[in-house]
Amino acid sequence: MIHISVQQSPIDIAAEMTRAEAAGAGAVATFTGLVRADDGVGTLELEHYPGATEAALLKVAEGAIERWGLSAAIIVHRVGPMQPGERIVFVAATAAHRGAALEACAYLIDRLKTDAPFWKRETRGVTASWVEARNGDHAAAARWDKSTS
Amino acid sequence: MTQIRMVYFAWVRERIGTGEESVEPPESVVTVADLVDWLAETSSGHAEAFENRSRLRAAVDQEFVPLDTPIGRAQEIAIFPPVTGG
Repeated sequence: MIHISVQQSPIDIAAEMTRAEAAGAGAVATFTGLVRADDGVGTLELEHYPGATEAALLKVAEGAIERWGLSAAIIVHRVGPMQPGERIVFVAATAAHRGAALEACAYLIDRLKTDAPFWKRETRGVTASWVEARNGDHAAAARWDKSTS
Repeated sequence: MTQIRMVYFAWVRERIGTGEESVEPPESVVTVADLVDWLAETSSGHAEAFENRSRLRAAVDQEFVPLDTPIGRAQEIAIFPPVTGG
């Protein structure tokens, strides 16, 4: 089971967990990303490439299902304006055992960061600036390139 | 002569001043990089957006590709900064 959502509305963790558990397996691993309030960020705005975003997320989810034999992969990403403390992203991997669920969960968020067309813009006071991509994100995504497991 | 729908995101969109436009590049434009070079000549906004090629990424018909990819018979080409989701 794959569930992908790119949405303006807040992420409902309970509803997503229910979905992940309904896939029927022994383990669910999840990751939730929150908007950081560091450096005085007042608003974070997410832009994306409609159509291409959903296709990229689907590819990430399919990759995880194939590699770890998951019974479910869930990716929910918010777009539009949001405030510090709000959930920006949620991923879940449902598998028979914790090892596969935990690894697949890390894969989902690592790959999402480099493979899906989202762009963050931070506003501090009256100044808005686009967030720069981080090299560390590419290193995190690259560790899944066919080396392990 | 074929029409291509260009789409732009984030600061590329802001510098160009529009999120999309329709263009008809000459036949000398073969790759995405050629297209960027050609578009950079069309306005000061395009020139500013495309100033540093190493900071540009592209998608041809919604598929991520390197800038040296031939545009072929693409209908939609996107130019944007490195992605920052998650």
